[in-house]
Amino acid sequence: MSRPAHRRPEYHKINKDLFVLTYGALVAQLCKDYEKDEDVNQYLDKMGYGIGMRLVEDFLARSCVGRCHSYSEIIDIIAQVAFKMYLGITPSVTCNNSSRNEFSLILEKNPLVEFVEELPAGRSSLCYCNLLCGIIRGALEMVHLAADVTFLQDRLKGDSVTEIGITFLKKRDEKKYRRKK
Amino acid sequence: MADTVLFEFLHTEMVAELWAHDPDPGPGVSAGLRGEETGATKGQKMSLSVLEGMGFRVGQALGERLPRETLAFREELDVLKFLCKDLWVAVFQKQMDSLRTNHQGTYVLQDNSFPLLLPMASGLQYLEEAPKFLAFTCGLLRGALYTLGIESVVTASVAALPVCKFQVVIPKS
Repeated sequence: MSRPAHRRPEYHKINKDLFVLTYGALVAQLCKDYEKDEDVNQYLDKMGYGIGMRLVEDFLARSCVGRCHSYSEIIDIIAQVAFKMYLGITPSVTCNNSSRNEFSLILEKNPLVEFVEELPAGRSSLCYCNLLCGIIRGALEMVHLAADVTFLQDRLKGDSVTEIGITFLKKRDEKKYRRKK
Repeated sequence: MADTVLFEFLHTEMVAELWAHDPDPGPGVSAGLRGEETGATKGQKMSLSVLEGMGFRVGQALGERLPRETLAFREELDVLKFLCKDLWVAVFQKQMDSLRTNHQGTYVLQDNSFPLLLPMASGLQYLEEAPKFLAFTCGLLRGALYTLGIESVVTASVAALPVCKFQVVIPKS
């Protein structure tokens, strides 16, 4: 063979598909277990939270980000480094208020929904990618930042883009410690 | 791109959450899956089958995405070899360490450092917990086999982490 098996492009794709497919199976299973969309959303958020708390350590170990001085720097790191590293996409960032603690990540592409054409029947309030919100929230909390993270718009629900809103809740501590996603 | 670590974290979270699932959920939930619990073992079996079922779905889908030239197998053993090499490499970045068979439909696939068990422990610690972490992968194997035209029963056993054995039994028709 000219190169090691695991470097062949089709295997790389399978590896990427593994996460997306497993996530789809998880959402399907939760839809079977819970009748209400809100319950599924909450469960996904909770699971994401658990993942985010561990993922942030993995992220810090892999990336060489330095100290952030503002919320908008943190958001930029999330969008340009973390999303790129784990999902291969770079959402664009907007700041939604003058006190600069409310931001949005706009996802043009979303690998999680690669195999999803539309929400299942009767599941119009399902936030399919709610795991992402939980992950971001859990990761931020591990670096001592409380935030509300929700989907503001969702292509699967008919909106034109998918938008994640992140609102930082507390005044950022002046103490010197690393805080990244 | 979507790192292997994302899958590992998601898998760990799924095992933790599906295991802790309330065994007595109330009227809103489909009865087929949960039903009445008569004891801890019944709850355990149901959670394992849920994880296995999810693995099956994913295995089926992955099986459909495998490179085309691999789909012309001459015999059963070729399929198993393919799982040990190509599928395992694609999913876990390593090959299966050994494959044994009795040439009568039973295959034992051994992985000496199974990636989903590696971060947990090495040796006998957490031996009781290990089956939960294997259920999804058993389903994955079963699903991939199914897409390749083979119905099977896949179970796993662990004698000491992180070595595990997957037993594939293909009933003769």
